[in-house]
Amino acid sequence: MSLEIPHRAKANGATASTKAVILVGGPSRGTRFRPLSLDLPKPLFEVAGHPIIWHCLTAIAKVPHIQEVCMIGYYDESVFRDFIKDSSKEFPQIKIVYLREYQALGTAGGLYHFRDAILKGRPERFFVLNADVCCSFPLNDMLKLFEDKDAEAVILGTRVTEDAASNFGCIVSDAHSKRVLHYVEKPESHISNLINCGVYLFSTDSIFPSIRSAIKKRTDRPRLLSYPSSENLESSFFQDDDEESKNSEVLRLEQDILSDMADSKQFYVHETKDFWRQIKTAGSAVPANALYLQKAWQSGSSELAAPSANILPPVFIHPTATVDPTAKIGPNVSIGPRVTVGPGVRIKEAIVLEDSEIKHDSCVLYSIIGWNSRVGAWARVEGTPTPVNSHTTSIVKNGVKVQSITILGKECGVGDEVRVQNCVCLPFKELKRDVANEVIM
Amino acid sequence: MKALILVGGFGTRLRPLTLTLPKPLVEFGNKPMILHQIEALAGAGVTDIVLAVNYRPEIMEKALSEYSAKFNVNITFSIEAEPLGTAGPLKLAEAVLGKDNTPFFVLNSDVICEYPFSDLAAFHKSHGEEGTIMVTKVEEPSKYGVVVHKPNHASRIDRFVEKPVEFVGNRINAGIYIFNPSVLSRIELRPTSIETETFPAICADGQLHSMDLEGFWMDVGQPKDFLSGTCLYLSSLTKKGSKLLTPPSTPYVHGGNVLIDPSAKIGKNCRIGPNVTIGPDVIVGDGVRLQRCVLLAGSKVKDHAWIKSTIVGWNSSVGKWARLENVSVLGDDVTIGDEIYVNGGSILPHKSIKVNVDVPAIIM
Repeated sequence: MSLEIPHRAKANGATASTKAVILVGGPSRGTRFRPLSLDLPKPLFEVAGHPIIWHCLTAIAKVPHIQEVCMIGYYDESVFRDFIKDSSKEFPQIKIVYLREYQALGTAGGLYHFRDAILKGRPERFFVLNADVCCSFPLNDMLKLFEDKDAEAVILGTRVTEDAASNFGCIVSDAHSKRVLHYVEKPESHISNLINCGVYLFSTDSIFPSIRSAIKKRTDRPRLLSYPSSENLESSFFQDDDEESKNSEVLRLEQDILSDMADSKQFYVHETKDFWRQIKTAGSAVPANALYLQKAWQSGSSELAAPSANILPPVFIHPTATVDPTAKIGPNVSIGPRVTVGPGVRIKEAIVLEDSEIKHDSCVLYSIIGWNSRVGAWARVEGTPTPVNSHTTSIVKNGVKVQSITILGKECGVGDEVRVQNCVCLPFKELKRDVANEVIM
Repeated sequence: MKALILVGGFGTRLRPLTLTLPKPLVEFGNKPMILHQIEALAGAGVTDIVLAVNYRPEIMEKALSEYSAKFNVNITFSIEAEPLGTAGPLKLAEAVLGKDNTPFFVLNSDVICEYPFSDLAAFHKSHGEEGTIMVTKVEEPSKYGVVVHKPNHASRIDRFVEKPVEFVGNRINAGIYIFNPSVLSRIELRPTSIETETFPAICADGQLHSMDLEGFWMDVGQPKDFLSGTCLYLSSLTKKGSKLLTPPSTPYVHGGNVLIDPSAKIGKNCRIGPNVTIGPDVIVGDGVRLQRCVLLAGSKVKDHAWIKSTIVGWNSSVGKWARLENVSVLGDDVTIGDEIYVNGGSILPHKSIKVNVDVPAIIM
């Protein structure tokens, strides 16, 4: 896609430096990703053979001169230790740090809290990526727009159907100049079908004052802050005096910042025509898996299984998995480490997680098979396909809302010849009888 | 001896199968329904068989002339211009049924059992009275018409109680009778019912007896019962040690009661049974799981499909990894796509199914 980014030479001759922040959330967030998040933090859940945040990191690594990525969240430090270790080997040019919030601060609150760490090395701008976004992350295109317009902020936008738009942050922009004129989070009425993708590029000179003024507005305590405050983070920090001010620190970019920026700043939108999905519910991992696999397929990735009569691309099969040659796999299937797939099995639009066993002649469609689960012979584990452009993973069956994707949690078992349709099954359950349209506790 | 088989209409209850063939020609246990009856009648010494139908039976003529030659019986059609009920057809066929003094059989074409016609004729002769009806014991007599005997008599019928609320007995009319020709004079040529008009009249004269039917019995007029009846029939073949059945020691046979036409081809790693009938020229792929189902002639089940409680119609095709269950019935030349699920679908002939049928439905 992107070729050479025109780098504006600074007065001192250096190129403008850029950082990236990935907002990973915390264990009390992402409950909609249950039952899969009961056993693994959502950002580490693997789609298309890699953790969700790996896809963010890979996109960041394609932007020239990014040397540091901050992950901000409130998971325990140990959670991302292995991931960071592995990624540092894979992306040696990038330093990855995890910044742990002592409590959920909101997307803007977290940025502000860690502003010193972000500002270290004096970057002129930094990307912010929500980890629960699945897209092609056209960061270089955003950077180009940022430079062309001499912008203070660039937001990634995408078009959705009018019905879906009100579930997202809606952007009204000038079609010619791409300038953001108005921003409303989850409007009640229809405002625009151009929505916020949860990917931003901010100039450091602009975003922190915006957050600070939002805090001022919120707390009505203008005396508290000094900016920039890289030298004395502890003392400059306005908190710790009472509970109320603590709460006031929960600030979200979407609700609290973007709207004001549209009024006052050089705020532009880059509209992506490429794929974009949120990864909110566990079921949304299936379309995300499909989209990332298709992307890898289009880019000629050597990680994917070679197509054949029984491999319909794109398919990812972990090198340690055992797949019988008579099994028909794909499209859009990821098979994890040490999985066993028996003869005559059919798997389509699905994620099979590590150590699972899929026995002979069974059929797995539009489903996620949890870690160490077993699917019996001639069993059928089935979800319902949702339309390609749909942003929801629930469907209405007989007047009842059910999950379109069937999900088996960790160590579940499906008996021989048993059929499981549109169900979500919590960990450690044995399914011995046919079930449909249920959540199995 | 002579016999009348009450065929009636096309058998709408057995649609979508009877959109293609009249009910008597639909294969039950790999043999047209009517052939089970003709074989048993010929075996009991019947020489003249009348089929009472109320439609133009051209499509049946060829098949029946074959059976006629094979079993050396005269088979004729008695065509009702208007439906004559269950007794009217007897009068209409009086010329055949009353041509001599020997008794004649009457049977409902939907009924399957072991057809003990010789025993019935012998019993009828032994009591010497006008009529004998076969009765079968049921668990829930409240759904049927129950036979009540005269006090202190084992076989003479006193009366019939339709859908009894209180228990009066558990023997019900099995739809198979034998009568002396004199019964014909009790019937008028008009739409009339043998159960509610003729029987009570014979009863009133103390001339009607019952005989218990041993073994299985089923009215297979609709798909659900057609499948249940197939199970009973296959079980009876197993009991008799019939050579028609595929030996249970065959690697793919699971649980026995499997009847496979020699011309059918079975793939590798299948698990078939119990209670499966596979017709002529059927092709079953690899890794197929079949239970409690009927595959009619020329149908094809592709690799790894799973079929239970389903009738697969003639020349139909079931896709790879398809799953059919819950009394699904595929008509002639239906195609079920790969990976499709059908739950209780009645699929009319020549349809191609490409999306799941999640809840029981008729697919026009």
